Amino acid sequence: MDVLAALMDGFFIAFEPLNLGLVIFGCMAGLFIGAMPGLGSVNGVAILLPMTFLVPPTSAIIFLAALYYGAMYGGAISSIMLGIPGASTAVATTFDGRPMALKGMADKALVGAAAASFVGGTISIILFTAFAPPLADVALAFGPPEEFALMMLAFATFIGLGGDDIPKTFFSIFIGLVMSSVGLDIISGNPRLIFMDLPGFYHGINFLVLAIGIYGIGEMLWTVEQAKGDVIVTKVTVTVRGIIEALKDLRKTKKVMFMGSILGFFVGILPAAGATPGSLMAYGVARTMSKDPDSFGKGNIEGVVAPEAANNAASTGSMLPMLTLGIPGSPTTAILLGGMVIWGLEPGPMLFIEHKEFVWGLIASLYAANFFALAINIAFVPAFMMVLKMPFTILAPIIFILCIVGGFAPTQDMHDVWLMLVFGVMGYLMRKLDYPLAPMVLAIVLGPLAEASVRQSLMMSHGSFATFFERPISGTIMLIAIGLFAWPIFSTVRKRFRSGAYGAEG
Amino acid sequence: MRLAELVMAVAMAIFSLYLMWKSAELPIGWIEGSGPGGGAFPFWLAAGMLICCIWIIVRWAKRLSPPSRSTESYMNAMSIKAFLIGAGSLTVLIGGIHIVGVYVMVPLFLIFHMRYLGGHPWTVTAPVAVGMPVFTFFFFEIALHITLPKGYTEPAFYPLYEYFLG
Repeated sequence: MDVLAALMDGFFIAFEPLNLGLVIFGCMAGLFIGAMPGLGSVNGVAILLPMTFLVPPTSAIIFLAALYYGAMYGGAISSIMLGIPGASTAVATTFDGRPMALKGMADKALVGAAAASFVGGTISIILFTAFAPPLADVALAFGPPEEFALMMLAFATFIGLGGDDIPKTFFSIFIGLVMSSVGLDIISGNPRLIFMDLPGFYHGINFLVLAIGIYGIGEMLWTVEQAKGDVIVTKVTVTVRGIIEALKDLRKTKKVMFMGSILGFFVGILPAAGATPGSLMAYGVARTMSKDPDSFGKGNIEGVVAPEAANNAASTGSMLPMLTLGIPGSPTTAILLGGMVIWGLEPGPMLFIEHKEFVWGLIASLYAANFFALAINIAFVPAFMMVLKMPFTILAPIIFILCIVGGFAPTQDMHDVWLMLVFGVMGYLMRKLDYPLAPMVLAIVLGPLAEASVRQSLMMSHGSFATFFERPISGTIMLIAIGLFAWPIFSTVRKRFRSGAYGAEG
Repeated sequence: MRLAELVMAVAMAIFSLYLMWKSAELPIGWIEGSGPGGGAFPFWLAAGMLICCIWIIVRWAKRLSPPSRSTESYMNAMSIKAFLIGAGSLTVLIGGIHIVGVYVMVPLFLIFHMRYLGGHPWTVTAPVAVGMPVFTFFFFEIALHITLPKGYTEPAFYPLYEYFLG
């Protein structure tokens, strides 16, 4: 009951005129920043952090949390409408969001993304409110072996994404992981895989460069080829009835939405994980759970709903270790943590006692932000749809330019823009030969986490791989991952054996 | 398509070998007291890539993958032309950004695609070609303080910075 009373107090704080205004402004700003390719919540929060010194700390964190949420919603917009991930957290949304838009179902995808974000945010706030202290202990129980096991599970869920061509899927994962290791060795600090001694490789390969290269430039090159010189205009119509119908249709996806929310929240609370791995894992699990996994990547609404529910849930989840332990769960929360320290607030268990109004004001404002972001997003669906009505000969060059500027913005290095072009061309050439590209993106995101956790685990165990199976949590996750890895190989062999047997009989 | 499948697999196998060699610049074995060497992680992953390439080539030989059975051409004259225009214009755009910056190259790129390839009238082309760099400037440079490359045109922007950012 104490928690509920504190939460109610938090709502009173969140609905104070200044705070409510900041929530709405934060959502709008976040939505816009998140929708720009290459920019995500981390850019918005970092850029607008100094502005928050003009208001009290509680209002400041409320504004930044609203911005964080708005950016989570906004990231999906350019993923769906343009096929370029607006933010790293929206990469998985591109896989099915863009095909849906091309089929004339952009309104369904946008409404699905917004509603799933709302559900993900709501479930995660409930979990946050009810279980913050015990969940912080769970997060702490995750050592390097458990983290590595979780990464293996994420890769395992993606094995099926390449269809029957298993070696190409494995290849895609391996090359993504190798690219993630470019830069400085995380332990010794020595330069590693610095191709042609180009200085741009020292800061590693930003995964947005790969994602925008493949899904922005590569996709555009593909579409230009498919267009064969014709003027393409995607047929779109948007009506209020259509939006209501789209909302009703989402009932079929409630299981996936719920799974994405829970998974996203738990991945979010793990230190250093955050919303991007959460959304990619939710996509993989949704596909694994689906009765029609082959429709994923071709415009399945579940492929939009799962990652969107997960990335919003994870954004709330990543606040948990930040507030309770002082450990940021994502790059954005790391900046928020810096802001809290500047405002004179010390994160940790005492924060819940000494600055109750701050913590519960923040939690309540997260909920308010969630609601406003949903409302704003749905209200703007018709405006977003206008983008698709543009002829392709106007849209394509605009997308190319957004890719270039978006690829430059995160590191502000032209080296990355060239790299993005190389990835775009390679992605286009490989796609023509059925190489699955989504696992490559997943691998470059999870690579640094996977490498750090495997090396730390092996150092702890003096080189014994048994450590991954001896600990109960990591052992269980590892066994599930191995099962998922083996399943497509097993089912392919079984299929071939059966067809061979029938062939022999026939 | 069948030949392209083999060429890609062989090229990727060679690239995997290069990555293994490059990774081995750092230790790839166990280092007492500090665990696996810095090159171990990429080395073994590149080895995995190589195994996958061999697996793909075996499947190609047995005609198991769809591209290895396909009789279609990988790229016909039309697709080569579309690819060269798309990738070529992007190369010129990025290269030009180094020299004259975003705000000169972006309008030129838009005019090339919209006016000359798309056949749109100037009444449509001009507002987009002017509006896009203006939006980019105010959004990235003024609102978000992200400086975009301007090459030799950089000094022309000093008065604008002075006016908007003080």
